[in-house]
Amino acid sequence: MNLRGVRVDVHGTVQGVGFRPYVYRLANLHGLRGDVRNVDGRVLIRAAGPAERITSFLHRLAIDAPPAAHVAGLSAVDVPAEDVPDGGFHIRGSATDGSGAAGSREMPADLATCPACLAELFDPADRRYRYPFINCTDCGPRATIVDDLPYDRERTTMARFGLCGDCAAEYRDPADRRFHAEPVACPRCGPQLWWRGPSTTAGGDALACAVAAIAHGGLVAVKGIGGYQLVCDAADDAAVARVRAVKHRPTKPLAVMVADLTAAATVAHVSPAGEAALTSTARPIVLLPRNGSGGFADGVCAGLPEVGLFLPYSPLHHLLLHALRRPLVVTSGNRSGEPIAVDDEVALTTLGPLVDGVLGHDRPIRSRYDDSVARVVAGRAVLIRRARGYAPAPLPLPVAAPEPILAVGAQLKHTTTVAVARQAVIGPHTGDLADEATHDAFTDTVDRLCRWRAVIPRVVAHDLHPGYLSTRYGMDRFAAPHRIAVQHHHAHVAAVAAEHGLSAPFLGVAYDGLGLGDDGTLWGGEILHASYTGYRRLARFARAPLPGGAAAVRRPARMALAYLYAAEDLGVPRPDPARAGDLPARLGAREAAIVRRMIDRGVNSPLASSCGRLFDAVAALLGLCDETTYEGEAAVRLEAAAGADSEVPALPWRVVRRDGLAVYDPAPTLRAIVERDRPAGWMAAAFHTTLAEVTCALVADAAERTGVRAVCLGGGVFVNRRLTTDLRDRLGRMRFDVYTGEQVPVGDGGISYGQAAIAAATLAEE
Amino acid sequence: LGHGSGGQLMAELLRDVIAPHLAAPIEDAAVVPFAGGEAVLSTDGFVVTPRFFPGGDIGSLAVYGTVNDLAMRGAEPVALCLAYLLEEGLDVAELHAVTASVAAAARTVGVPVVTGDTKVVGRGAADGIYLTTTGLGRRLPGADVSAVRGAPGDVVLLSGPIGSHGSAILSVREGLGFEADITSDSQPLHGLVAAMIAAGGPDVHALRDPTRGGLASALNELAAASGVGIDIEEAAVPVPPAVAAACELLGLDVLHVANEGCLVALVAAGAADRVLAAMRSRPEGARARVIGDVVAGPVGRVTARTLVGSRRIVDMLVGEQLPRIC
Ligand SMILES: [Fe+3]
Ligand SMILES: [Mg+2]
Ligand SMILES: [Zn+2]
Ligand SMILES: [Zn+2]
Repeated sequence: MNLRGVRVDVHGTVQGVGFRPYVYRLANLHGLRGDVRNVDGRVLIRAAGPAERITSFLHRLAIDAPPAAHVAGLSAVDVPAEDVPDGGFHIRGSATDGSGAAGSREMPADLATCPACLAELFDPADRRYRYPFINCTDCGPRATIVDDLPYDRERTTMARFGLCGDCAAEYRDPADRRFHAEPVACPRCGPQLWWRGPSTTAGGDALACAVAAIAHGGLVAVKGIGGYQLVCDAADDAAVARVRAVKHRPTKPLAVMVADLTAAATVAHVSPAGEAALTSTARPIVLLPRNGSGGFADGVCAGLPEVGLFLPYSPLHHLLLHALRRPLVVTSGNRSGEPIAVDDEVALTTLGPLVDGVLGHDRPIRSRYDDSVARVVAGRAVLIRRARGYAPAPLPLPVAAPEPILAVGAQLKHTTTVAVARQAVIGPHTGDLADEATHDAFTDTVDRLCRWRAVIPRVVAHDLHPGYLSTRYGMDRFAAPHRIAVQHHHAHVAAVAAEHGLSAPFLGVAYDGLGLGDDGTLWGGEILHASYTGYRRLARFARAPLPGGAAAVRRPARMALAYLYAAEDLGVPRPDPARAGDLPARLGAREAAIVRRMIDRGVNSPLASSCGRLFDAVAALLGLCDETTYEGEAAVRLEAAAGADSEVPALPWRVVRRDGLAVYDPAPTLRAIVERDRPAGWMAAAFHTTLAEVTCALVADAAERTGVRAVCLGGGVFVNRRLTTDLRDRLGRMRFDVYTGEQVPVGDGGISYGQAAIAAATLAEE
Repeated sequence: LGHGSGGQLMAELLRDVIAPHLAAPIEDAAVVPFAGGEAVLSTDGFVVTPRFFPGGDIGSLAVYGTVNDLAMRGAEPVALCLAYLLEEGLDVAELHAVTASVAAAARTVGVPVVTGDTKVVGRGAADGIYLTTTGLGRRLPGADVSAVRGAPGDVVLLSGPIGSHGSAILSVREGLGFEADITSDSQPLHGLVAAMIAAGGPDVHALRDPTRGGLASALNELAAASGVGIDIEEAAVPVPPAVAAACELLGLDVLHVANEGCLVALVAAGAADRVLAAMRSRPEGARARVIGDVVAGPVGRVTARTLVGSRRIVDMLVGEQLPRIC
């Protein structure tokens, strides 16, 4: 018999996902001897046995890995078989290899309750029957409960719960599903629920109180995996209205939790990609087209044709749904713009008085993770918000960071990234940094990510915008030689390129709200010829003033007037403002007059070449949205109005050349819109088609000038499914290679990752 | 106005236009009686478009601005120096009017303009009239006022409504139509400060007049200089309704809008009631309020509790207001 020995080094997401028991079982299946252990963030295997069985073992190692594991790399070297210890195959404890190999410290993301645990949860004979904290190596909380790495129970918030005999036995048995399931617990030894409402109680009664309150139309705060959530009956108009009032969130759609795919299909069209996203272990909220039959209060979706659905991802969610048997609104427990509450005291004092009761428990949440949000675009699930279930699992960087980099992101929809070697760890998604609690969450995240990765970044990557509080943070804490300023849209398109591992220069289509350009104007409708270390602007949208700055963003009707009165003159007349119908009246005669005056005099009216603002203007001109209550609302309403008909032709448009740049002049498009002879929905669809045609023309021109065929679509506008799908199709037919953000959000949640990729490449080049 | 090179024209200008309003400076420097104590000095240049606005003009502004800067160090004014920089072609009637306003303002404050200087520069080398005033003051007995003295536990007092000056100027300059409803708050604050010091003595830790950059910048400067944090209540900051409406329309944060007639004070908690009462006893401080308090940190951070109850970070104005929304 031909004996062979190997030493295997596996890295990726391999800790906290049942990888060692999996290796143990696979090795035993093959009759191999040796051992497996965690070393920093990697898994090291030594195995010896007949050569063909080693080959088979190695072959299956990566492809059969547990669902939550992600093998990023696997290297096997032959060693003398006699160097592999005798006496069967063993799982050994965690170790550090002393090399300080910081790049390999990997944080597992939280995992939805697995089918095996779910079966036990509802099995009256099981000792964890109806236990809200059941989990195993395939499921349960991870990143939200971890204090530090390596991932072991004593470095999680489970450390305070001593294991009972039964749990300890499971935890130590390599053959058990709960072998080294760090958060393992049972009703005897683990966390317990509590309820603070009109009455105060604990355990199963606590759950019953919450269920009763929700069943009677009440609003309850529930401690979830990554933070407190507000929960109510999704069919109860009054309860839904109350959620909106409590959150100061008048129109942004609310997420709905349904029991399973069957329940999802009764309210929405669930495509295969949507189904895959809904049932993935990350369990994001997935935006799906409603199928029209209602199923919940009108206030949930606020008139939009999509609903954000998700399936239960914690045992407590399952128990709530099991008892209530109806769709539930489940939304983060915070006011708009503030971070989700994680601390019990904070929840009781801030949410407590606003709800009918608080259902909490004594397992602390260490890190705050909001629910992730995905949308199916062009047949693939793309993340709009990368949070629980995804973050902080690392993403690859195309160019390794020569030293640790802190990328501090933008200002709204904020994320932070820490880059170490070839890995970028994106922290949780938060809101507006101007909110103090959000800012505190940001600085906490920086500290935590750095501690996890055991790095002290000496270089910060930040936006060009001097007023972003993230930029201020970077300026305050890093001396000039250790700062890399990254243009906002370069970061947007670099994020897309980096996610897809592009190495050659690419064309970046950055369609966005606003970001500060390198010429002192605001950008947001740009075509860049870019690499990770630089870019050249090849095309842009026409400029228009923003009368009142942020006020113009909140009031699309102002943007409409701004385009009519003062869009950049590119040689053809602008549409006649007198044709704007009742727009000035809707804005109010006084405001319309002052806006006009502000534009004429340049009072607080910065210029922007923004695609997002053009969406705003068109939405207002079509009477779809005069004022927004959440970011991107006008574009959301415009896309919704466009409906599903994909065969609407484009409106007139022109592209001119100015100072060496191709410039999209929307004057003919806007003229067609103000002189419209079709319903608003048709015009909305036609506007989408127009942008797709314009973009193809701009990209074709850029490709001709550069010879580049790879196109990266980045920026918040590409959350728009209609535009993105159409553009992918068209550019694909023109034989471009088209990429857009999937794991990394196209919006500002992806900025920090793009900054990290650019800073890493910039440092590497020096 | 013709170009002056120090000759006959200049002599006529001084004799005919400036001297009738002010005690004409005939010596190279003035001698000012000074009765002991600490001298406090301040100087400030004044450039404003338009030069006449609802509630004031560049002349009174130049007097009050410097008087107020002295007051912010706990000083009463003793004497003022005034320098003109005039553009050739300026209407002499306007120079008369501005100088008359300087004189009237000085009388209001009760201090003489003791010396000065006048220069005329060529067309285009300046914009009409620039004024520079230098003030000599005397530190009030018992005053120990400095931007570095704010301490955790101090109370933040604001002497009156904010936002009027900047919005009035902007409105009249750009023809925005608010000028009928909004009048600059330009006024001297030395009497108010004297009353505060009399009531609170060294417990009045820090004073600042929130001029350019507004209340937000003044608070940030105080927080940074004192090494403390400052928390204010948005609802406690008085804003005249017309100013609030104008800021809303113009997309301005009223906390960033300039003022010329109010002050913000950091006062030891134990003395706050007394100092507040003293402020309210004076017309300039009739609407004085507690707007927040000084905390240990984070150092240099100013926050405002918003109307919906969250806390937002109140930032310095950095250059032009560029929206931070994406
Ligand atoms: Fe952006
Ligand atoms: Mg000054
Ligand atoms: Zn499980
Ligand atoms: Zn147990």
